[in-house]
Amino acid sequence: MDIRRILRSLSASPGISGYEGCAADVIESACPWIDESRRDTLGNLIMLKRGSGPEPRPKIMLAAHMDEIGLIITKIEKEGFVRFTTIGGFDPRVLLAQEVTAHGRQSVHGIIGAKPPHVQDPKERSKTVPLEDMFIDFGFASEQEAAAVLTVGDPITMRRSAVDLQGSYMAGKAMDDRAGAAAMLECLKQLNRMEHTADIYATATVQEEVGLRGAVTSSYGIVPDLAIALDAGFGDMPGVPDSDTIQIGHGPGIAIGPHVHPKLFEAVKRTAEEWNIRYSLEPSPLPGGTDTFAIQVARAGVPTILLSIPVRYMHTPVETLNYSDVAAAGKLLAMFTASVENGFVEGLLCY
Amino acid sequence: MKETLRTLVESFGPSGHESEIMDLIEDMIKEYVDDTYCDSIGNLIAVKKGTSGGKRIMFAAHADEIGVVVTHIDDNGFLRFASVGGLSPFTLPGNRVRFADGTIGVIGREKGDFKDITLDKLFIDIGVADKDEAAAAVQVGDFGIMHQECIDLGRRMTAKSMDDRIGCVVLIETIKKVQDTPHDLFFVFTAQEEVGIRGARTSAFAIEPDLGIAIDVTLTGDTPEAPRMEVSLGSGAAIKIKDSSLITHPKVKALMTRLAEAGDIAYQYEVLERGGTDAGAIHLSRTGVPSGTISIPCRYVHSVSEMVDKNDVQACIDLVAAICGDDLKELQ
Amino acid sequence: MLLAQLTDACGGPGHEEQVRNLLRPEVTPLADEIRTDAMGNLIAVRKGPKGNPHVMLAAHMDEVCLMVTSIEKNGMLRFRPVGGIDPRVLVAKSVAVGSKQIAGVIGAKPIHQQQASERERPMPVDQLYIDLGCTSRDDAGRLVNIGDYAYFTTKYEQLNGQLSKGKAFDDRAGCSMLLDLLRRDHNVAISAAFTVQEEVGLRGAATAAYDIQPDLAVALEATAAADTPGAPDHKHATTLGGGPCLTFMDRSVIPNPKLVRRLQTLAQQHGIPFQMRRNTAGGTDAGSISLSRTGVPSAVLALPCRYIHSPVSLLSRADYHHAVELMSAFLHSLAESEVDSL
Repeated sequence: MDIRRILRSLSASPGISGYEGCAADVIESACPWIDESRRDTLGNLIMLKRGSGPEPRPKIMLAAHMDEIGLIITKIEKEGFVRFTTIGGFDPRVLLAQEVTAHGRQSVHGIIGAKPPHVQDPKERSKTVPLEDMFIDFGFASEQEAAAVLTVGDPITMRRSAVDLQGSYMAGKAMDDRAGAAAMLECLKQLNRMEHTADIYATATVQEEVGLRGAVTSSYGIVPDLAIALDAGFGDMPGVPDSDTIQIGHGPGIAIGPHVHPKLFEAVKRTAEEWNIRYSLEPSPLPGGTDTFAIQVARAGVPTILLSIPVRYMHTPVETLNYSDVAAAGKLLAMFTASVENGFVEGLLCY
Repeated sequence: MKETLRTLVESFGPSGHESEIMDLIEDMIKEYVDDTYCDSIGNLIAVKKGTSGGKRIMFAAHADEIGVVVTHIDDNGFLRFASVGGLSPFTLPGNRVRFADGTIGVIGREKGDFKDITLDKLFIDIGVADKDEAAAAVQVGDFGIMHQECIDLGRRMTAKSMDDRIGCVVLIETIKKVQDTPHDLFFVFTAQEEVGIRGARTSAFAIEPDLGIAIDVTLTGDTPEAPRMEVSLGSGAAIKIKDSSLITHPKVKALMTRLAEAGDIAYQYEVLERGGTDAGAIHLSRTGVPSGTISIPCRYVHSVSEMVDKNDVQACIDLVAAICGDDLKELQ
Repeated sequence: MLLAQLTDACGGPGHEEQVRNLLRPEVTPLADEIRTDAMGNLIAVRKGPKGNPHVMLAAHMDEVCLMVTSIEKNGMLRFRPVGGIDPRVLVAKSVAVGSKQIAGVIGAKPIHQQQASERERPMPVDQLYIDLGCTSRDDAGRLVNIGDYAYFTTKYEQLNGQLSKGKAFDDRAGCSMLLDLLRRDHNVAISAAFTVQEEVGLRGAATAAYDIQPDLAVALEATAAADTPGAPDHKHATTLGGGPCLTFMDRSVIPNPKLVRRLQTLAQQHGIPFQMRRNTAGGTDAGSISLSRTGVPSAVLALPCRYIHSPVSLLSRADYHHAVELMSAFLHSLAESEVDSL
């Protein structure tokens, strides 16, 4: 199947942190290139593609998180309106007038409303609407009607299909980090036509947005010899300095920082250069925000590296990317993982 | 239950210095369980063996409480202090502090606007004349707790350290109540929850449970002009949906909901925007543990007058006991 | 003197190779076994008699530093701190950038050209830059790369009396103490961990402790001393020259009370001055070690150090000497202890 089409359906599938089952189903059904797959206790989807080398083979973990930021119901008001809070880091300013879907006894669509500007005094109008003043209108006429479908604690996702923009640009919700998952699938697809020594554990992790939680438990279970995380990085855009972004349409970012093993960094960079895959360098002085950070300190430590797919307007429902970056990241991953031998893995412990 | 609670809330156990409270609890429960032991961080673990073929269930209630630690003694014998866990400076002036040896002090404050109060503008007065006299009673590095008696209000009770001695009471009462169970039950009275959920982390690693349940207090939204929150006092055991440390495993949420409904136990769902419990550490142990939290609704959390409803406490006991005796089909 | 070499060496989080390369030849003849792990921790194992406790001693090799985040068209370097640095200490300092240690300065707008109101505000990091003397992006790009670390260039010096000056006593002083302890014979099993990435979250110690599985641990650290003019007595935290510091609590750990008591008692028995660290801020490797696996009783022994996390810090060599003596007494006492007594 075309990975671009998969990305579109991945973007649309609901899966806020802790409720990633649907997203996992989409990924699993889109991936015929593996030998086995399982889900662990927290719901991480772990897909194994065996290598051809003699045992013991190197174990490579790929990690892309499949959870998205979203909302959760906190209260159902007398009039049938629904109050909510965020799961993961939403800027409340982007929420007004968004269409959403709540996943209760059945799925229902609604819109996020607030007091209209006409009835606000001028002072109010110059301020942002705080989260606690917003509500969702599902069209329920009463508390009873709402309560028949929805309960406190039900998850809510943005209702948005991915849009094709000009050229290879695409916008949608949850590109952070379904773009990473798509790159991981692209890698598996390419590896299927290649020889590779190492066992590949392609892992779609859960609960990254609330604290890298799926990465903690999945890496503990897999015990990889090295791990590559794929996540969304900040794409260049007006108003944000170049030093804080990576160029969109110029291939994946390769992160530099304490969470990146120096030898792994050199090897991945070299692979990109050998295969003429464009990349940017992504300096990460504060490296805590991706699965890499958790995997690196699993058990007695794991050599890790991070590839970033540039995404603009991060943590909004219109996350925008260039599909060529996803394809390039997938290719780079495939070429690099295919090159990994036991000797290389052993060298990662020698400083 | 009332007297158990009174004994627990009035005993001494700031984070990292829980041996007194752990000894008390051990005495209360050891005749009802197969084994009790303490581990290196100071957790008390009580084991009740299952009849056969069951799961390993870990229940955790933290026995530590928020408190103070002395950082400096000045020439006039006044003590400066830092907080142990999340003490709000606004709740402190005029309140009393007790140290392990029984020394009592009163919290005073420097001049300045009340709204500008920070912990480093507060001090403890233990009623001495100078540094030497103070040093005979208290040393830099001594831990203290808030001092306040427990009061039975009838329907409700108020005391310091309801967080989480009321959770300990729920476990103690459950231990007394549970007869035969197929499961191996590990009741863990955890240390150092208030300073970063530490005891639950090391004990979960050791126990390797199949199911983890924390018992802790949660905030309510039922007081005048309270922040919006659905939980209220008297509406039953709160089944946590999420807080900052945990998104309850959907299977565990389903399990607890089924048992509450089957047992006619009053319950409510809880979405807590901040805060965490021992389940936050348990569910990330090793390759992951399906975990959830049963919360006792509590007003005025982290003040010296935390308040709970007796019916809610009973509902929590019933729900924990129901888990112990269930076949846990959701986890198959 | 090795402390001088260690503190002059450059080793930002994740790039501790200069420090590791200084330590390795010193440690090798003193250890029964030596290894590095996936993160770059250097672990030296000294075997001891069975039945006595196996102690992990940890000192971190990394230091706070700056990371080059972009090269401007005019050849200036933008940067961000790695680890906790107060941006106000950065202005008008000299730095060395990248593996080639290219000299640069952190520039500042002359006072003449500032508005009066500007002078009152600290300069935020995103307005600062490193000037290498290059005139174009290409020019600078030949010397440094994005992601390179930049370090302060302060050299170790002995000042009046017992004081020494250096840039990275936090925690090269700990590394040096750990080495001094390995040079003595204590007849007890020691795993000496020279850890990485303490400044970005106590990370190297976490994986090292998982691997080592010690019975107990002590982190050897440098900690802030605020015994300076303007600070009231109760905010000094520690006093330079007042002896090594014992921690009763910090953000990362409440040290095992029995270990703290043992250290206090030993200091008193041996007439070694010590002080309690009178503050609960900050974290140390003991935090992550204490929570490893099923838990490890842990303590912290720290040298008081003025102006920590800045280009220049001060320590007292008397404190250093006393810290080594106290730890040595502690290790001797372990040789006479059973594991269970802890």
